[in-house]
Amino acid sequence: MTQSVQERVIAIIAEQAVIDPSEVGMDQTLEDLGIDSLGLVESIFAIEEAFDISVPFNANDPKESSFDISSVASIVAAIEGLVAAQAA
Amino acid sequence: MKRVVITGAGTINPLAHDVAGTLAAFREGRCGISDLDIRDKDRLAIQIGGQVHDWNPESHFNRQQIVLYDRFTQFTLLAAREAVAQSGLNFAGDLSYESGVILGTAGGGLTTSDENYRAVYEEGKNRVHPFVVPKLMNNAAASHLSMEFQLKGPSFTVATACASSNHAMGQAFHMIRSGLTRAMLTGGSEAMLCFGGIKAWEGLRVMSKDACRPFSANRNGMVQGEGAAVFVFEDYDHARARGAEILAEVIGFAMTADASDIVLPSKHGAARAMAGALRDARLNPEDVGYINAHGTGTAANDKTECAAVADVFGHHADRLMISSTKSMHGHLIGGTGAVELLACIMALREGVIAPTIGYEEPDPECALDVVPNVARQAKVDVVLSNAFAFGGLNAVLALRRV
Repeated sequence: MTQSVQERVIAIIAEQAVIDPSEVGMDQTLEDLGIDSLGLVESIFAIEEAFDISVPFNANDPKESSFDISSVASIVAAIEGLVAAQAA
Repeated sequence: MKRVVITGAGTINPLAHDVAGTLAAFREGRCGISDLDIRDKDRLAIQIGGQVHDWNPESHFNRQQIVLYDRFTQFTLLAAREAVAQSGLNFAGDLSYESGVILGTAGGGLTTSDENYRAVYEEGKNRVHPFVVPKLMNNAAASHLSMEFQLKGPSFTVATACASSNHAMGQAFHMIRSGLTRAMLTGGSEAMLCFGGIKAWEGLRVMSKDACRPFSANRNGMVQGEGAAVFVFEDYDHARARGAEILAEVIGFAMTADASDIVLPSKHGAARAMAGALRDARLNPEDVGYINAHGTGTAANDKTECAAVADVFGHHADRLMISSTKSMHGHLIGGTGAVELLACIMALREGVIAPTIGYEEPDPECALDVVPNVARQAKVDVVLSNAFAFGGLNAVLALRRV
């Protein structure tokens, strides 16, 4: 597994959005990519499975979660943090 | 009261993936029961089932849909698309609000439950896919039909075990007859042929290991099946006004409860349901030419059902025909009445009575004309479709040729 966390997260998001990973921009929101609330929870599930981590996300109030989903960049940064914390 | 007609039919079941193929199988007396092809089959005592083979959801649904649709929902959608296409209805404008969907199922998304219990209990996983609940819930199929066809009126799912479809279709009939709605999608679906679904039935020890032989003296139990059938029920005036082809008229429905035993059938409950359907349709017993039997192939059901028919129809019981198509497609549990309604429509429209195949030895306790092994040409004007569920909940529909 030589892919970076960023590449793997983007691949998961791209699959959910049914687009090519190259079309995913770091400053885009999930809404920009056409991913709805069900698509979001499915993406988080796929990310948890891929990295064997637990993502602190509550669909009832996404803004209150410590997990920042405001853009692709923020999601990648949060996952990188979780992966690093798990490795430590 | 409004008259209610059927203007569309669709199905996928062990015999075929559409209505035309299913009716061809009925005419040929072909058996759709085969060796099961499921995970951990070697741990099952039961090795046969009416399984839907060659099912490729990818040919019908996109990736996002497949992750949301349990097998029972997939079957339902396929059947509904065929039915709606045949009806020619477009549920737009006011009709959207005056149409709904009522479906029967016993297990709902049982395959989803089975797979995810396996994941958390057997495989020790601590995380399940986020769509487990929306996939497994019993109303998932009804909800997806409402979304796909924009049905915004009364919509729900009925669970009365083996009578679920008949109870569902009876509700749809009542709603149109009373003027509450103008068109309904109705029928039922089941997809229980997974390890847990079959293991549970094994426990009851009512399953045959070799074949479903309703009414035959050597019958030794039921065989589970899977699949769906969906119909378009429509206000007769509405159907006529738009020049729709009418497959049959639904003229009566009755439901009863045995109030006696959780699994054993009651002659009285079954008889009251059949008599009630006749009364509701303002029929005399002599009007009925064919009964699609519940006919499960168990010792208890078949003799009880025949005794109930004898009670209700008297001398006419010896003149009418009664067959069980479960011998061909197995027992689709909550979807069975819907698939069996296709045999009723075939009898009325084509004058062909689907046979009871696998019939080998007469049983003095089932001494009726069960149309053994070979389909028969016969003109019938009125038919009944019986469904008698575990829990003693009975539902009988009456249909007439139009």
